[in-house]
Amino acid sequence: MTVPLSYYLVLSGIVFLTGVVGVLLRRNIIIILLSVELMLNATNINFVAFSQYFHDVAGQVFVFFALTVAAAEVAVGLAIIIALYRAKSTINIDEFQLLKW
Amino acid sequence: MTYEFIPLFPLASFLILGLFGHWIKDKAHLVAVPAVVVSFLLSLLVFFDVAGGHQTSFPLYTWLTSGTLDIHIGFSIDRLTAVMLLLVTIVSSLVHIYTIGYMHGDPGYARFFSYIALFTFSMLMLVMADNLLQLFIFWEAVGLCSYLLIGHWYDRPAACAAATKAFIVNRVGDFGFMLGLLLVWYSFGSLDYHEIFARAHESAGDVMNVLGPFGGTWDVSVLTLICLLLFTGAVGKSAQVPLHVWLPDAMEGPTPISALIHAATMVTAGVFLVARLAPLYNLSPTAMTVVALTGGVTMVVGATIALTQTDIKRIVAYSTVSQLGYMMMACGLGAYAAGMYHLLTHGAFKALLFLGCGSVIIALHHEQDMRRMGGLKDKLPVTYWTFVVGSLALAGFPLTSGFFSKDELLVSAWSTGPLGQLLTVLGLVTALMTAFYSFRLVFVTFWGPSHVDPHHADHVHEPSKTMTVPLMILAILSIVTGYLGIPEFLGPMFETSAGAAHEGGAAIGIMVLATSMGLLGIAGAYYVYVLNPTLPDQFARRWQSLYQGSLNKWYVDEAYDRAIVRPNFSAATELWKRVDVKVIDGAVNGVARAIAWGGWLLRLMQSGQTQHYALGMALGIVVVLTVFLMF
Repeated sequence: MTVPLSYYLVLSGIVFLTGVVGVLLRRNIIIILLSVELMLNATNINFVAFSQYFHDVAGQVFVFFALTVAAAEVAVGLAIIIALYRAKSTINIDEFQLLKW
Repeated sequence: MTYEFIPLFPLASFLILGLFGHWIKDKAHLVAVPAVVVSFLLSLLVFFDVAGGHQTSFPLYTWLTSGTLDIHIGFSIDRLTAVMLLLVTIVSSLVHIYTIGYMHGDPGYARFFSYIALFTFSMLMLVMADNLLQLFIFWEAVGLCSYLLIGHWYDRPAACAAATKAFIVNRVGDFGFMLGLLLVWYSFGSLDYHEIFARAHESAGDVMNVLGPFGGTWDVSVLTLICLLLFTGAVGKSAQVPLHVWLPDAMEGPTPISALIHAATMVTAGVFLVARLAPLYNLSPTAMTVVALTGGVTMVVGATIALTQTDIKRIVAYSTVSQLGYMMMACGLGAYAAGMYHLLTHGAFKALLFLGCGSVIIALHHEQDMRRMGGLKDKLPVTYWTFVVGSLALAGFPLTSGFFSKDELLVSAWSTGPLGQLLTVLGLVTALMTAFYSFRLVFVTFWGPSHVDPHHADHVHEPSKTMTVPLMILAILSIVTGYLGIPEFLGPMFETSAGAAHEGGAAIGIMVLATSMGLLGIAGAYYVYVLNPTLPDQFARRWQSLYQGSLNKWYVDEAYDRAIVRPNFSAATELWKRVDVKVIDGAVNGVARAIAWGGWLLRLMQSGQTQHYALGMALGIVVVLTVFLMF
């Protein structure tokens, strides 16, 4: 018995929502960054699921690219977090309110 | 003939001096004088050309065409234009030369030259116009130059006030002029002289109900209405009663412009207008009567005021008002040629008198009150003799130009009928007063004991050549313009010219009367101011109220002040405080305040919290998806 597509999509949805809630509610910037990664990987699950469902390898190729980009993005994101920490000695997102008038 | 060049030279001079005057400074006359002299020489050519029978009219440049409305700049060259061109360029040239000496060292030297060049240009375009709109445009332009030049010394409050007054009083007249233009356009469908004159005969009987908009009925001849409205403009420009009040105040300006603008050229534009539109006025006896009566009243009012003034320029100014009244009266009686004749001779001798006043004023270090003059004839011989020539011409002394023109004018006026005869009598009385006040001016200023400020008394001397030579030339012109046969030259211009009918007996009678009036006036002034210097004070005490009335210009200024200026002023103040400050400023500030408040509200959204923005995006996606999925 094969696992139906909907299972993958529900899992992907749950992971994505977890990421969204993490981005919206958590204060620690590292957690937020990881939540973003969760959302990214939720889409990866979707890609793979649809790739298998449609018998099309293109989706898996996309996932490779997405993983590579995500790795690079995390590297940049962590570097920014380090810079922020050096500036303010904290990584609590509430302390960074520079984007306002 | 290239007529364009006549106004072109002063225009070029204006542009050069206006743009580069800052660098040209005290060499401004090197640009301005040659330009206007060339204009004069060209005008002379045109004059001989026209005298040879040539006459032309052509459009130069089409400004705009809209439907049947065709507005263009064009020239109409006929005898009337030719003599006006000559008058304007001669006086302007002499005044330009005189200005070199008079304005020497003035900080606004180049500016002054640029303005008089602009004035000369505008005046030339005005007299050469072949349509009413062009005339009106340059009518306004000369008014503007007048304003600028009266206010030349803009750091003097009196000069600024006088400039403003001249401008505003002229607005009153020009408003009528504009209505007249609209009505001309409405009735004739054109603003060209030819077209208007061609169609005027057809619409001579047309009437319009002027009370129509108010539900009343009052049919007025359209032609009469047009003539009266246009005449309102002439009343303002030519300083006729009741809009004469600006001209004497305009004497705050430098003397050369008093001679050029406020004696010889601009103020005569109103008379020129009536003469130019003679075919129109001839068709409206009512308007003619109004013109004649206005002229008559102005003539008397001006002369009576001139009798008691003590500022020498004001005496000459009121004399100008009075003489303009003569010209207007003549035009109103149909004696256009005589009116224009007097305009020309007056242009020469009045410019001379003003420039003479200027010499005296300069010699006495800007003293204008004649009670602080006296005994100047030995110190200022050239000024004195030329001034006497001017005064003789003004008084109508035999064989001077004023004698010929005034006689011509009065004789023509007499021949036009009962109204003309009444006005001729007034004219004779005015001639008596004219002779009296002009020689009062001569005797008090140049004769008798000196009342000059002792500081200046020793170094009173004749001004430079640039000032005395124009005086001498004008003195010669004041004599010879009487011998040029101008009425005969202009006569054919005006079909129904009254001057044609000179009945022998009456003409000689009036000539004798006018001359004796002039002589009597001179003798009277001699008796009162030279032989019995205490008499004037006795007269003043004896006829206290008359004296005060004349001295205070019949309280016209005061009446206007009470009736018009102050109510307007307080109404404007109220409007300012209530409408301007509260409503308009309130609205402007209110808008600003509302926007600031709105901005404060919107700013609440900008928390700076990254997560708030992320929430906004998430909710936005939810909303978009919801909408997308549901519809």
